[in-house]
Amino acid sequence: MAHPSIPSAAPQPVAPDPPRRSSRRRLIRRETLVGWSFILPNFAGFALLTLVPVLMAFALAFMRWDSYGSPEWLGLDNFRRLVSDETFHMALFNTVYYAAGHIPLTLLASLGLAIALNRKIPGLGIFRTAAFFPYITSLVAVAVVWNMLFNPSLGPVNQFLEAIGIAEPPGWTASTAWAMPAVIITSVWRDMGYYMVLYLAGLQTIPQEYYEAARVDGANAWQRFWHVTLPGLRPITFFVVVILTIQSFKVFDLIFVMTEGGPGRSTLVLSQLIYQEGISQGRFGYSSAVALALFFLVFIITVVQFRLNKRGES
Amino acid sequence: MATLHAPVGEDAPLAPQPSAAPRRRGARDLLRMIATYTILIFLALLVLVPFIWMISSSLKRNNEVFTVPIQWIPEEFQWSNFVEIWDRIPMHTYLRNSAFLATVITFLQVLTGSFAAYGFAKVRFPGRDALFLGYVATVAIPWQAYMVPQYIMMQNAQLTNTHLSIILIQAFGAFGVFLMRQYYMSIPDELVEAARIDGLSEYGIYWRIILPLSKPALASLALLTFVNTWNDYMGPFIYLTSNELWTVQLGLRSFVGQYDAEYAMIMTGAVLSVLPVVLVFLLGQRYFIRGIATTGLKG
Repeated sequence: MAHPSIPSAAPQPVAPDPPRRSSRRRLIRRETLVGWSFILPNFAGFALLTLVPVLMAFALAFMRWDSYGSPEWLGLDNFRRLVSDETFHMALFNTVYYAAGHIPLTLLASLGLAIALNRKIPGLGIFRTAAFFPYITSLVAVAVVWNMLFNPSLGPVNQFLEAIGIAEPPGWTASTAWAMPAVIITSVWRDMGYYMVLYLAGLQTIPQEYYEAARVDGANAWQRFWHVTLPGLRPITFFVVVILTIQSFKVFDLIFVMTEGGPGRSTLVLSQLIYQEGISQGRFGYSSAVALALFFLVFIITVVQFRLNKRGES
Repeated sequence: MATLHAPVGEDAPLAPQPSAAPRRRGARDLLRMIATYTILIFLALLVLVPFIWMISSSLKRNNEVFTVPIQWIPEEFQWSNFVEIWDRIPMHTYLRNSAFLATVITFLQVLTGSFAAYGFAKVRFPGRDALFLGYVATVAIPWQAYMVPQYIMMQNAQLTNTHLSIILIQAFGAFGVFLMRQYYMSIPDELVEAARIDGLSEYGIYWRIILPLSKPALASLALLTFVNTWNDYMGPFIYLTSNELWTVQLGLRSFVGQYDAEYAMIMTGAVLSVLPVVLVFLLGQRYFIRGIATTGLKG
């Protein structure tokens, strides 16, 4: 079964001992040329438009460069400014807040959907399609519809809450306290179908014999879930958490279209700060420092996750 | 519709459920089946409520969108909304731009991605695996981390506010290479070896043997890229300033900004912006879901 994981890039054995050295070398050179000729069309674009900007971002973070002046070396000044920049603190806090809500809720929702939909009954495909549907919908449409659903006075969400007896339902995207929860709910709804697909693939990798053995031992459905399904889903859960983390920390478009970072700065996240500083204001250097901070944050969390995973495995 | 059935693991074994019981215990089974379907239908409705609300609102008058209690079925279907919107905003232009960008980017991504993946999967040369790791590593770097330098480069090349800028930044991603390589790795090397002995060049092997075998993966990549490009907001938002270059997403967003009280018309626009992707998805969802399950990565 297709198991989603980063492929091992183990070097493959080179062809066994060739008759003569020079002809072998010529062969390697030819193979290298052929190999590169395949890779080049994509690599040229990739190097120019991804690799070069990535390296540039690293350098820019240590410079002062506004859209008018010319670049000037600053050393760590940009980072010193970060430490005392209140807007940066706000954006950092909001990004962590979003991640802390989005990661566990999406994980639970997608796992729940996968388990509910992992059965063989007629018409199941329709339900899986329904669960996946939000993910293919454009972000703008999602944001526009949910903004209306969350309308504080007349929106269906608050009408429902009032109907079940909540006298003063939250103001959602109109209030600084509730805008972030509203954004998190929307994003969980949008992403859960995607991770459900990963979990469904993961569920197929658990050998059927384990369930049969558990049943022979008299385990009930809950025990089978706890002792067979969950441990079996460990690898895929790790993978889902890593991807979810990267995706959460770089969140931008959904929030931007829903709230534009507001009300106030209550949903301003790091990516939006990078955009504002770098592209709207033309402060290339400072925005790159924010970008670098974001990158290292994600990098460190990912490394910690890999470490914890390794420790948990042994 | 055949494509609607069991997108994942059609032949795979079941998880915890007991397999189909004999007919004799019919009554209990029937009850259990009704319970299962009730729960599933409830879940599906819960997920789909925003869509239902979107479609229902798109067929109402403005003043009927927010009513207490909610009216799920419009009293009178306002089909005229779907006619009127074409005059209100240049929907033709937006749709054409979106379709153009999505098609060109998908074509380039599939072409260069599948080509490069052959080099990574089936040709052996020094440094190949290190290079591939470099590709994979950049997938983890958020685009936001380098979008500013990328923007400066485009500005210097005077490519901002052109469709070409969007094509360039999205057509050469590592994603396609990654997905196609994953698939090629499952094609036995012996097949390639045999073709080499028969005197086929590497390009011949790619074109006549590998590509025809990779149709499912190509379809996955094409669909994922198409939908991702169609739905993309940030790229066009940053690069495209002229209205006549805008995509559906930008057009819809700007419409909302201008006429934020025209609820019904906004929902009509939302429906139109979603419709093409829904069609593409329903036609090819098998490939779609397989593509996600093999790579686990977003584009």
